[in-house]
Amino acid sequence: MSRYFTEDHEWVDVDGEIGTVGITDYAQSQLGDIVFVEVPAEGKQLAKGDDAAVVESVKAASDVYSPVSGTVVEGNADLADDPALVNGSAEEDGWFFKLTLSDPSELEGLMDEAAYAAFVAKL
Amino acid sequence: MTINQSGWKPEMGDGNAPAGTTFTGNRGLMLEEALIFEIGDSHTTGVDLDAAPAIASRLSGLERNREIGLPGLSEPETVRHYTRLSRQNYAIDLGLFPLGSCTMKHNPRLNEKVARMAGFADLHPLQTIDTVQGALGVIHELAHWLTTLTGMPAVAMSPKAGAHGELCGLLAIRSALEARGDARSVILVPESAHGTNPATAAFCGYAVENIPATAEGRVDLAALKARLGPDVAAVMITNPNTCGLFERDMKAIADAVHDAGALVYCDGANFNAIVGRVRPGDLGVDAMHINLHKTFSTPHGGGGPGAGPVVFSEALAPYAPLPIVEKAEDGYHLVEEETAGEHHADSFGRMVAFHGQMGMFTRALAYILSHGADGLRQVSEDAVLNANYVLRSLEDVLDAPFGPSGPCMHEALFSDDGLADGFTTLDVAKGLIDEGYHPMTMYFPLVVHGAMLVEPTETESKAALDQFIGALRSVAERAKAGDEALKSAPHFAPRRRLDETAAARKPVLVWKAPEVAEAAE
Repeated sequence: MSRYFTEDHEWVDVDGEIGTVGITDYAQSQLGDIVFVEVPAEGKQLAKGDDAAVVESVKAASDVYSPVSGTVVEGNADLADDPALVNGSAEEDGWFFKLTLSDPSELEGLMDEAAYAAFVAKL
Repeated sequence: MTINQSGWKPEMGDGNAPAGTTFTGNRGLMLEEALIFEIGDSHTTGVDLDAAPAIASRLSGLERNREIGLPGLSEPETVRHYTRLSRQNYAIDLGLFPLGSCTMKHNPRLNEKVARMAGFADLHPLQTIDTVQGALGVIHELAHWLTTLTGMPAVAMSPKAGAHGELCGLLAIRSALEARGDARSVILVPESAHGTNPATAAFCGYAVENIPATAEGRVDLAALKARLGPDVAAVMITNPNTCGLFERDMKAIADAVHDAGALVYCDGANFNAIVGRVRPGDLGVDAMHINLHKTFSTPHGGGGPGAGPVVFSEALAPYAPLPIVEKAEDGYHLVEEETAGEHHADSFGRMVAFHGQMGMFTRALAYILSHGADGLRQVSEDAVLNANYVLRSLEDVLDAPFGPSGPCMHEALFSDDGLADGFTTLDVAKGLIDEGYHPMTMYFPLVVHGAMLVEPTETESKAALDQFIGALRSVAERAKAGDEALKSAPHFAPRRRLDETAAARKPVLVWKAPEVAEAAE
């Protein structure tokens, strides 16, 4: 299983044809206390870069973009009751949604962990 | 000597009295106040009413089967309740209100006097036209001023607030595009625009795309031009923008947008910085809302309501919503659906039941007439001068990311760069409360980290500005020095720092009687 990152601070873990998407720990630290998360419904078709989810902190609401194209198979239902999961475990339990990848070649344009760390260091 | 028999003996005490708690919960003359449901009693009433006569119900069992539990209070209890609550509020009548992008200027009392004149205040919107000629005259004359000040040929007076005005503008744009058989799907919104703009575009069914800002805080013209195409319906631009800067490329932007067959919506919330000096019509704007509750001094919020008339270019004028007040030889007429005729056949319809915020029209016109054209020009000049005074007085202690971009317009923008580790814009805002000020707008615009947006308006004197600058400087220096006491500010407000996270995650929206609330836990 490998993890990829976008410049908009989403991560995607790919296991076979299923991708799990969330926002990075850096992103949650910038947003502050997260108070609401809206995840996409099962079956929703997403193109790479589409608005996929909404994350709201005490400061602002932000869109979360889909890092790859595909069809949503599951949204993380735990986030509805406990949006703080994103603050506490952004890159594990605080995942947003899973989707079946329709074009795995899109992953080639994303960053690996080292490249993302270097990207964040420059911000 | 004469002995004072009264026993009155002023003492200053030792100045170190323990904070402690009081029996009442009050702190001196700062009075605590319970909710009205907790004071009132459904068995009490402030007025004597005869018992209701016995009537035969015809509701077939749908009668209310229990008391609704409204609290009853006497008149003095009611007056004290709301007066006590008002003392816990902060208002423009109490002090400088530095909320950026809100133009919290003084609301002249002359406006209030005019609005309360019986000939305006006691009208009903369903009166016959011949009995409301004066009110229609006010709408017509205010419309004339708004079109003249903006250099635009038409205005819709009815929208009831800024965002309602945005909706009005976009509905007109959509009508114009559909009329030429060219319905488009995308609205471009620069990063430096107001947050309501993308919401309005989305509400109208358009896809929203961002246009980045340049390093100096203005719209990236090259990026905008690159994105324009046959799918773009309009660009929504805020000028002056939320970085407090005038969009110098506005004419070039409008020309490029028009060449691509799209239209220009301008968010006029910041019109106070340019009123009397720049006519948006000359810059190529097709539609712009004007917040009467900002630029033209009508009250905000609880003292409101707002009002957001929208001016239109020639291209959009035919689509303006009804009703429209027109002047003829025999007086003022109201153009409505039945009387629209061919002249207004393309109007997109109606946004409100009646005419808009009539009470705000009288206030705004009173403001305009008492200032005159030269006075309004002075308003924008002083508003810009005051904001620049704040910006330049504080840029040595607070980071001003667009300070090098030249003079600001009506508002000064600072970032949290340079505050001590762990100290944030929120701490500065809370510290300002202890200094006796409502905080500035914070964390907006989003393009600046930890933004603090200060709009002093023209109605503050130099002495008032100096005191505010001194207060903000003091708080900023504490935040830079890492003063831990600031992390728990405010210390002197009626309430200490509130848990905004808990309030957002677990909001309690419905009041319950204490015993019910306890039983539920």
